[in-house]
Amino acid sequence: MNSLSHLEKKKKIRYMVTICIFLCLIFTTFLLSMDAGLIHLSPIDVLKVLVNHGTSQQELILFDFRLPRIVISLLVGSGLAVSGAILQGITRNSLADPGILGINVGAGLVVVLFISFFSSMQVVPVFALPFAALMGAVLTATLIYILTYKKGQGLSPMRMILIGIAVASGIEAALIVLTIHLDPRQLQFVTIWLAGSIWGTNWNFVLTLLPWILILMPLAFSKARVLNILNLYEDVSKGLGMAIEKERLILLGIAVGLAGSCVAVGGNMGFVGLIGPHLARKLVGPKHQFLLPASALSGSLLLIVADTLARLIVQPSEIPTGILVSIIGAPYFLYLLAKSKA
Amino acid sequence: MQVNQHTTIHVKVRPACALIILLIGTLLLVVGLIVSIAIDTTAIKLHTIWEAIFHYKSGILQYQIVRNLRLPRALASALVGACFAIAGAIMQGMTRNPLASPGLLGVNAGAAFALAICLAFYPSLSFQYLIIFSFVGATFSSGLVYGIGSIAKGGLTPVRLALAGVAVSSLLTAFSSEISIYYHIAQDIAFWHAGGVVGANWSQIKIMLPWVTGGMIGAFILSRSITVMSLGEDIATGLGQRIMLVKLAGSIIVLVLAGTAVSVVGPVGFVGLVIPHIVRILVGVNYRWIIPCSAVCGSLLMVWADIGSRVINYPFETPVGALIAIIGVPFFLYLARKERREL
Repeated sequence: MNSLSHLEKKKKIRYMVTICIFLCLIFTTFLLSMDAGLIHLSPIDVLKVLVNHGTSQQELILFDFRLPRIVISLLVGSGLAVSGAILQGITRNSLADPGILGINVGAGLVVVLFISFFSSMQVVPVFALPFAALMGAVLTATLIYILTYKKGQGLSPMRMILIGIAVASGIEAALIVLTIHLDPRQLQFVTIWLAGSIWGTNWNFVLTLLPWILILMPLAFSKARVLNILNLYEDVSKGLGMAIEKERLILLGIAVGLAGSCVAVGGNMGFVGLIGPHLARKLVGPKHQFLLPASALSGSLLLIVADTLARLIVQPSEIPTGILVSIIGAPYFLYLLAKSKA
Repeated sequence: MQVNQHTTIHVKVRPACALIILLIGTLLLVVGLIVSIAIDTTAIKLHTIWEAIFHYKSGILQYQIVRNLRLPRALASALVGACFAIAGAIMQGMTRNPLASPGLLGVNAGAAFALAICLAFYPSLSFQYLIIFSFVGATFSSGLVYGIGSIAKGGLTPVRLALAGVAVSSLLTAFSSEISIYYHIAQDIAFWHAGGVVGANWSQIKIMLPWVTGGMIGAFILSRSITVMSLGEDIATGLGQRIMLVKLAGSIIVLVLAGTAVSVVGPVGFVGLVIPHIVRILVGVNYRWIIPCSAVCGSLLMVWADIGSRVINYPFETPVGALIAIIGVPFFLYLARKERREL
């Protein structure tokens, strides 16, 4: 008994350390990220602006361009990673990510439709894009839910995964057909969107995204215990007296809300949702009380680092952040994978 | 219901069903091949097809069309369909994950990566070379997946294989989308992926055939071990299975089959994902039946989808991958809803 509580304590310390390291790294990157961009600002300039002693040009750059973008990447990263953690928990499948709910492809399809619809116009109304994307994401998730639901049996995770694959493949097929008919300029735009790039870069987008995160994230954290139980075998959780169906539906709703709103603003960054929770799990273990906050931070860190690099490597054109997420995240993930014990 | 007899056996196997699938499937496949040869911009009579194949005379135009255009195309789609389906069945059996498909071994991403490099830096390369390089790309990435998956202590677990596959795939996909954005070749790549078996010819089939035959024979030999593996690693070890060997052999077969197929037609991965599921639901969990049935059904789907791709939007061709999804998705949805089953 003593050794068990000792073990528990050790895990807790490990968790605290991980969280602290994450926070430090995020803060450092945050400072670096403020400096990076087409117009370089030194850290001292940044500090000056922050304490209200900068030039108006520096203020404009920092407060109206860089800061909102940084905040958005933090929010999007945490939202997607927590969404992924929830989905991996309720489906008990380590390959699950927001993509299995068709969120990415659903949003992508609507974006492509949107662009081909407005092809006659010179300027695509970019500001309306997040809403279109969110609509696509939510519609797809709803479709998958309706198809999965069966009277008397409710939602089986296995069936949800299979239906998710099928719906996503159908939408992907439609995407292939549609992209062939786009003209090269539009296709370039769509390719960049699908590769994932932070869209919203002003405070309005932050304000749109913030309520989702602020409401859904604490809700998710409060369900950590439920997720632990759902992650066990279904019969066990039933035996423990849980209203599985209801809980699963709530959690699913949280996951869709988080991922949908994040994809809408941040573009297609599915990989954060897959890899964020895995990184966190490798570091703090499978207990959701630890896992969810750690996932949120790892997702944020991943995205802010990728976004900073995306702005550093601006020549000749900015690389979509989603691509950098994969390029940074995948090797580290593979390293962890190779190092881990069975 | 003979409940008593079956209480201990949870895994249902239906050999009769499998035999019926094999028989009817082969029949439909032959019909499909003939239809595939017969219809197109110029309709060709059955008798002419027969003559062209068995009493070929080089002077007649229709004989040449059959011999040099239609026949290789039909055969290529049949082969490719079988390859994807068998590879998918093996992947799902080995990893015990319903999300597994040949793409999970990094085959698609590797081939696409090689293709992006070729199109960006050597745009004048001929079709044959593109195929070879795609295959090299597929080999490279699946080697990477397998290598990284098995470096770790405790060896290659199914989850680890799947995760390594996803990570390597997304890394390579990231590189290829960057290349395609940077060099403005997104449309070329989209066309290649949508192209299907359009340009199939005898020299391609000649390249494919030895690999595909070898891979299929290997798959049949391995089928028993994969059935055991699909029961879980512990059980498989308990039954005296040499797990590492089976996994290595399985992965090589998947690479050979899917790599060849991807190089020729691009990632029509849905065949590899959906056919094994459908077959498994119909015949039960015995890979001795699943693998041949998957082969037949995969060919069937591919051949008929190819026919459809020519007919639907005549005289234009519809992307075959899209068509497969359109045929496959509703059926898959129906099956997924109808039954809850084990993997």
